[in-house]
Amino acid sequence: MDSKKTYVHLDLEERLAKFMKTEEAIIYSYGFSTIASAIPAYSKRGDIVFVDRAACFAIQKGLQASRSDIKLFKHNDVADLERLLKEQEIEDQKNPRKARVTRRFIVVEGLYMNTGTICPLPELVKLKYKYKARIFLEESLSFGVLGEHGRGVTEHYGISIDDIDLISANMENALASIGGFCCGRSFVIDHQRLSGQGYCFSASLPPLLAAAAIEALNIMEENPGIFAVLKKKCQQIHKALQGISGLKVVGESFSPAFHLQLEESTGSREKDVKLLQEIVNQCMSRSIALTQARYLEKEEKCLPPPSIRVVVTVEQTEEELERAASTIKEVAQAVLL
Amino acid sequence: SFEEAPLHVLVFTYMGYGIGTLFGYFRDFLRNWGIEKCNAAIEREEQKDFVPLYQDFENFYTRNLYMRIRDNWNRPICSAPGAHFDVMERVSDDYNWTFRFTGRIIKDVINMGSYNFLGLAVKYNESMRTIKDVLETYGSGVASTRHEMGTLDKHKELEDLMAKFLNVEAAMVFGMGFATNSMNIPALVGKGCLILSDELNHASIVLGARLSGATIRPFKHNNIQDLEKLLRDAIIYGQPRTRRAWKKILILVEGIYSMEGSIVNLPQIVALKKKYKAYLYVDEAHSIGAVGPTGRGVREFFGMDPDDVDVYMGTFTKSFGASGGYIAGKKELVDYLRVHSHSAVYATSMSPPIAEQIIRSLKLIMGLDGTTQGLQRIRQLAKNTKYFREKLKEIGLIIYGNDKSPVVPVLLYMPSKVAAFARHMLDRKIGVVVVGFPATPLAEARARFCISAAHTREMLDTVLEAIDEMGDLLHLKYSRHRKSARPVLNDEMNFELDD
Repeated sequence: MDSKKTYVHLDLEERLAKFMKTEEAIIYSYGFSTIASAIPAYSKRGDIVFVDRAACFAIQKGLQASRSDIKLFKHNDVADLERLLKEQEIEDQKNPRKARVTRRFIVVEGLYMNTGTICPLPELVKLKYKYKARIFLEESLSFGVLGEHGRGVTEHYGISIDDIDLISANMENALASIGGFCCGRSFVIDHQRLSGQGYCFSASLPPLLAAAAIEALNIMEENPGIFAVLKKKCQQIHKALQGISGLKVVGESFSPAFHLQLEESTGSREKDVKLLQEIVNQCMSRSIALTQARYLEKEEKCLPPPSIRVVVTVEQTEEELERAASTIKEVAQAVLL
Repeated sequence: SFEEAPLHVLVFTYMGYGIGTLFGYFRDFLRNWGIEKCNAAIEREEQKDFVPLYQDFENFYTRNLYMRIRDNWNRPICSAPGAHFDVMERVSDDYNWTFRFTGRIIKDVINMGSYNFLGLAVKYNESMRTIKDVLETYGSGVASTRHEMGTLDKHKELEDLMAKFLNVEAAMVFGMGFATNSMNIPALVGKGCLILSDELNHASIVLGARLSGATIRPFKHNNIQDLEKLLRDAIIYGQPRTRRAWKKILILVEGIYSMEGSIVNLPQIVALKKKYKAYLYVDEAHSIGAVGPTGRGVREFFGMDPDDVDVYMGTFTKSFGASGGYIAGKKELVDYLRVHSHSAVYATSMSPPIAEQIIRSLKLIMGLDGTTQGLQRIRQLAKNTKYFREKLKEIGLIIYGNDKSPVVPVLLYMPSKVAAFARHMLDRKIGVVVVGFPATPLAEARARFCISAAHTREMLDTVLEAIDEMGDLLHLKYSRHRKSARPVLNDEMNFELDD
């Protein structure tokens, strides 16, 4: 509770709030802790949280720390979510007293890290007003990627940012720094200054990294053209990697991080992982750096299938992307056939 | 070394809170009926019929008690947190609901609040050139986890150096101190294990223990009899329903407790652990680099064998002037954590310039850079600590904690004195940290001083004078043991043969 801010942190918070067009922003010193501390600050024992099956590990840990009731709905399936909400409504009518104090939250990610798909935000906002649940949006992958100015999935769909109660993102992907932030209305964000565990009980971000994030924001604001360039490159490599026999591309065409999964699994997860690792190793020897998506197999609630995660950056040229795509194709054909 | 306050102090403290609460209800009533303007942010019009986000009572304390004295916390600074720093001046026009910066800076405030034990958190100077080089080569962020693409050679270098420093087999570093605890304790213990943790443990340890799913039993602070009783019960009765033996028993303690300033009673805990075959996890966030003849933490302070403690954990935020955490111990342990730690798989690794700063600080402390500066700083810290604590006791204030610990909490008890103390000290250009409920028990609000090797005798004298005046002004001199300046002959917490 002591002075953990320097003028650099204040500056970064203001810049982020202005960039995202919200009232306030709060900075955490570690990306994982951002969402893992934000959720337990609002949702306590007895509250109900509806979360997507493909939510990332940080969200799962935040939910576990909050001790609320968790209801999983099928990935990106709005009909399944509506069914769960309706069931909850029927429960509420049985016990209206309890329903008046039980808060409801919907936690989704903008672009899912585990699958590379985008969440259907407009329908979720409709559900929000119909069933009176608040939306927490986790934008680690979509901040600085989607939207005309990089403001994320709300700009992509043209939804007013006031409709989302809390947007949390980490600065470790697009802003190339360390840490994370939450932004939203002051009514929501100010509460975390006293009750966000990862904020109160831990040291603040080193000013070096906060300054790096401000610089990155400057670059984003001065060159809004890079988002269109990135989109084009994503679409290019997405198209180039289609049609590899044995591997299928999972993810949206404009998502910079998507997965290559085996079309048919060999039956055991270990063998799948070995096969994919073989592809990764051979690509490495031909100067293409890839990695498998890593999970803690025993700890995940819904373990995604093994896959190779391909990540694009705006700095790669078209020739490099072409070369990468053709190398992956060759290697995959050699290994899988 | 935890003196009780006189009874009248406790009565007045509770009275103070009671009156504050009454006024709080009164003001809430006025605000609800619209007689008084509500300055806090309120919910959107469209969402007024949603279930309220905050219970009224949750925020009661924040709205009515904390808000009155809020200006003493979260003061932004605009320089490095060395022995002197610059504070941005801010005023409030509406009784602390909002602040605005006047634009002026209060320069050269003596810093008694930052955890800057060895004085390594300073502005850029020439010796930091290597950090600039690393920043240019590696960039500022890593953008990947340890398992994927995020392990750099800088991390390996740092881990080897850290293992050498602590005299253990291996070490592993993580990007954030809080996250080190909350993500590794679940990897070490799970369901069917028992955790015995000190009741005053830090929030990160509590969170890690809860996330692991093991059974948690707290024991009274530093109380060996209580711990022994719990251990015996655990071994005799086993798990609650099935009566089977516990898979693992893990004792969680801290090196120095940040709110009390007390040092853990390590020799006796190690004796208990060996007798009952439990594991010991020591969180040295505040004690690494600060205690011990060469700054290697509580293990060295008590002169014990490196193998006595199973898991050493610590952070780099306090003595090293960087950020991040580490876990060290036997090679098997660290190898296991490399594979199974949540942080290694899902969270970003440490940033390269930060790793370089830690390497630089470690080399300084260990003396590998060829100077004896590290050792000098540690000696200076020990001298400063001793001097400061003795003088505070002479002044007659109640302070908690071990005589050798550089974290000095001075008890203030009443919430109004907390605010007055902080404001007056800032007027005299001394920056202090005050803590109240809920970080401390309700009746024991305190001011916490952190001694640093960068403090000179003059600075400490200035601070002591100011505290003396404050003590008279605010009637803080509650201590009934006015000690004389003669050295103490029989100190039960002192395990060294001679000073």
